[in-house]
Amino acid sequence: MGGVFSKKRALALWAAGLFLVLGLPFIINTYMTLLMTEIMIMGIFALSFNLLFGYTGLLSFGHAAFFGIGGYITAFLMIHDFPSMPLAILVGSLVATLAAVVVGYFSVKLDEIYFAILTLGFGMMFYTLAHQWRSVTGGSDGLTGLVLPSLGAGFLSVNISTPKSFYYVVACLFVFTVAILLRIVRSSFGLVLMSIRENKERTAFTGIDIRAYRLASFVISGLFAGMAGGLFAIFDRMASPSMLHWTASAEPVLMTVLGGAHVFLGPVVGAVIFFLVEYMITKFTDIWMIFLGAILIPLVIFFPEGVLGTILAKWGKKQHIKGEEGARGEHS
Amino acid sequence: MANILEVKNLTKRFGSFQAVTNVSLTLVKGELASLIGPNGAGKTTFYNMLSGKFSPTSGRIIFEGRDITGLPPNKIARIGIGRSFQITNIFNGMTVLQNILSALIAHYGRGRSFLSLYWKDRKLMDEADKILDSLGLLSFAHIPTTHLSYGDKRLVEIGIVLANYPRLILLDEPTAGMTPEETEKMIGIIHRLANETDTTFFLTEHDMKVVFSVSQKIFVLHQGSLLAEGTPEEIREDQRVREAYLGGTFDA
Amino acid sequence: MNFLNGVSLGMLLFLISIGLTIIFGVLGVLNFAHGSLYMLGAYFCFQAVSLYQNFWVAMILSPFIVAVVGGIIEMSLLRPVYGRDVSFQLLLTFGVLLVLDDAVRLIWGSGYHIVDPPEALNGIVHVYGFTYPVYSLFILFIGPLIGLGLWGFFRLTLWGKKIRAASMDREMAAGVGINVNRLFTGVFMFGAWLAGIGGTLAAPLRAIGPSMGEKIIIESFIVVVIGGLGSFPGAFVGAMVLGVINAYGAQYLPKATMALPYILLAIILLTKPRGLLSREA
Repeated sequence: MGGVFSKKRALALWAAGLFLVLGLPFIINTYMTLLMTEIMIMGIFALSFNLLFGYTGLLSFGHAAFFGIGGYITAFLMIHDFPSMPLAILVGSLVATLAAVVVGYFSVKLDEIYFAILTLGFGMMFYTLAHQWRSVTGGSDGLTGLVLPSLGAGFLSVNISTPKSFYYVVACLFVFTVAILLRIVRSSFGLVLMSIRENKERTAFTGIDIRAYRLASFVISGLFAGMAGGLFAIFDRMASPSMLHWTASAEPVLMTVLGGAHVFLGPVVGAVIFFLVEYMITKFTDIWMIFLGAILIPLVIFFPEGVLGTILAKWGKKQHIKGEEGARGEHS
Repeated sequence: MANILEVKNLTKRFGSFQAVTNVSLTLVKGELASLIGPNGAGKTTFYNMLSGKFSPTSGRIIFEGRDITGLPPNKIARIGIGRSFQITNIFNGMTVLQNILSALIAHYGRGRSFLSLYWKDRKLMDEADKILDSLGLLSFAHIPTTHLSYGDKRLVEIGIVLANYPRLILLDEPTAGMTPEETEKMIGIIHRLANETDTTFFLTEHDMKVVFSVSQKIFVLHQGSLLAEGTPEEIREDQRVREAYLGGTFDA
Repeated sequence: MNFLNGVSLGMLLFLISIGLTIIFGVLGVLNFAHGSLYMLGAYFCFQAVSLYQNFWVAMILSPFIVAVVGGIIEMSLLRPVYGRDVSFQLLLTFGVLLVLDDAVRLIWGSGYHIVDPPEALNGIVHVYGFTYPVYSLFILFIGPLIGLGLWGFFRLTLWGKKIRAASMDREMAAGVGINVNRLFTGVFMFGAWLAGIGGTLAAPLRAIGPSMGEKIIIESFIVVVIGGLGSFPGAFVGAMVLGVINAYGAQYLPKATMALPYILLAIILLTKPRGLLSREA
C-alpha cells in the first residue's frame, strides 16, 4: 500500500508523535500519566500481536501467555531482590521468547481457526500452570509485593517508583519497540511475511519455507509481548494468573481490530480507544465491556480497517484525487 | 542437447480415481513445449506433481539429472522450476512492485534481513524494475494489484515466476481469459524470453493458436495418459489426437 | 460414580457442542458467543421459574427465546460478514459475547442465582451403593434422548438432509435451490435453541452467574475440535471424552485437572486436526 503522506510529512508526523510522548507528563496530571503508561504498555503488547496478525496473517488467541510469562518472571525476580530492573525485564522477555519458540513451533503447522484454537489452548495451559503451581507462582493470588528500586548507579540513580519516572522508562521502551517493529515490517523479511499473509501457497512456490518465517514472526512477537508483560508486572506491582487467561489474550486482538490491523500504529490507536472507553464508562458503572462489544460489532461489519485504518484510507483517497503521489513504497 | 526434465511413468491416484496414468516424457533444455488435452485430461494434476503440490502415487521426476519426486513446492522452486497458475494466484493486497519483489527476495534469500528497509536495496529494486519493464508493467509499479485488469494480473503472475529465474517454467493456461491483444502480448513475451535466455518453457493451453505459434514440441494428454507427442505438424496430422478432440479445436 | 458424573456433565456439553459444530459445519462460523447463548438459557430459565414457579414451562419457553435471540444475531450481525475472512467472523461473535456477557449483568446483576430442580426430580437416589441426585440422572437420560431425536432428524427428515447437504457443500446447496439465507438463519437458531436447552437444563445443576458463558465456550471448542468441526457424532464423542476425563481427572490428578482439556486439545490438533473420527492422521 502506497504511503498516504509524503515522506516529509510522514517524518514530521513521527517527530510530532515522539515529542508528544516525551512531553506529555509535563502537561497532564498523575492519574493521566499512569493511564498513558498503561496505554503504552498495552500498546507494545498489541503491536507485538499485530506483527503476527496484521502482517503475517495468523490470529493468535493465546498471546497473553507470553505477556504473562514475561510478567511472572520479572515479578519473581524483582520480589526476590534482583538488583537490576532492566535486566529483570530482559530476562522476562527472553523466557517468554523461549516459550514462544516452543508454542510457535507446534502452532505454525496449522492455519486459521485451528491456529487460533491451538494458541488459545496453549495460553490456557500456561494459565492453569500459573493458577495451580502455588509454591512458585502464588496460585490464584499471584506474586505480590513488588517494590521498585532505584535505577542507575551511584550518583546517577533515579527513583523510578514515581509515576512520572516510570512513565519515561516505559516511553523509552515503547519508542524502541515502535522503531524496531517498524523497521522489521518494512524490511525484506516483512515483505515476505506479508506475502505469506496474502497468499501462502504462492509464497511457497517462490521458494520460501512458510513455517520457518511464521515461526520467526511468532518468536519476535513473543519477545515484545514478554517485555510488555514484564513492564506491566512492575506497573501493577504484581503478577496474577488473569494475565494469562484467554480473556487477556483477547485484549490485544480487540485493540488491534479497533485501531486497524493493516496500519502499523493501528494497535496503539486501538489501545488508546480501549482505555478511553474504559475510563469514561467506569466512571458510571462497572459494566463497560458491553460498550466495547457495541463498538466492535459495527466496526467489524462496516469498518474492518479499524478507526485509524479507515481514516487513513479516506485521507488517501482524497490525496489521490488531489493528485499527490504516495511516497515510494512506504506504508503509513 | 541436455535433457532438462525427465518424467518416468508418473501416476497419480486420488482414492479410486486415477488422474494421471503412466506418463513419461522428456524435455530438452531451452525447448518450448506444450501439453494439451481436453478438459479433465489431467494436465493440472500433472503440473501439480511437477511443481511439488502433489506427490505422485508412483513414478519419478528427474530435473537436470536430479530426482525431485515428492519434494515440497518451496524446495522445487529453489531448485529451478517455476510455475504459473491457471487461476491467477498473486499477492492481492500488495502493489505490483511488491509482488515481484517478494519473489526476488525469495530467490536471493534476502528474506532473512529483517532490519534493513527493502526499498533501500538498490540491486533488488533495479532488478524488479527490469522485470516489470520486460512485461510492460513498469508504470503500474506502485498500484495495488486489486486495481489491475485481468490481463495485467496475469502478467504479474508471470512476473512472479520470472523473478525466481527458473530454468524450467511451467505455465498453466497463461492466456486463460485474456483478450486477443493481451494474448498476443503474452506470446510475444514468451518468444522473447525464449530467445534471450535458455529457459525451457512447458505450457498448457486451450487456445490452439497460442500452442501452435509457440511450441516446438507438443504432448497430448487424454484421460490421464500420454496419447501422442511430436512437432506441431505431426500433431496436427495425428489421427488419434483428432479423434480425442472430436474434430473441434484444431482449426487454428 | 465418577463415571456417571462425567457422563452427565458430558451430556450438557454435548447439547451445546452440537449447536456449535452444526453452525460451523453449515455456516462456516465458529460461534464464540455460543457459551453466552447457553448462559442466556440458564438465565431465562431462572426468570421463567421466578415468574411461573414451574420448571417445565421454563423448559419450553427459555430455549425458544434463546433461539429468537440467535435469529436476531444471525440476521442482523452475522449475515454481513459471511464472505469475509474467518478471523472477522470470530471477532464478530466475540463482540457478541462481550455484549451478552455484560447484558446479563445489567439485567440480572453480577451475583449468582439459584434454580431449584422441579419437585418431581428433586432428591437423591441410591445407585450401586452411591448416592446420586435424581436430577443428574434425569440429565443422563434426557441427553441421549435428545441426541437420538437429533440423529433421527438429520438422517430421516427432509430438513435434516438439507442441512447435512449444505454442511457438506454450501455452493451446491444453493445451486439445487435451497434458500441458503433462510437455511443459515434456521441452523443458527437451531444451534441457539440447543444451547438454550443446555442452559435451561444446567440451571438447577449449577449456580447461574455471568461467567457461565466464558467457562463453557472453551470446553465446547475443545469438544468440537476433538470430535471434528462440523461432525455431529463427533460432538457426542468429544463431549463424552471430555466429560469423563474431567471427572476422572478430578479424582486422580486433581492438580493437573484444569490443564487436561487443553493438553488433549493440543494433542488432537497436532495429530488428528480433523478430529478423532476423521480418517486422516
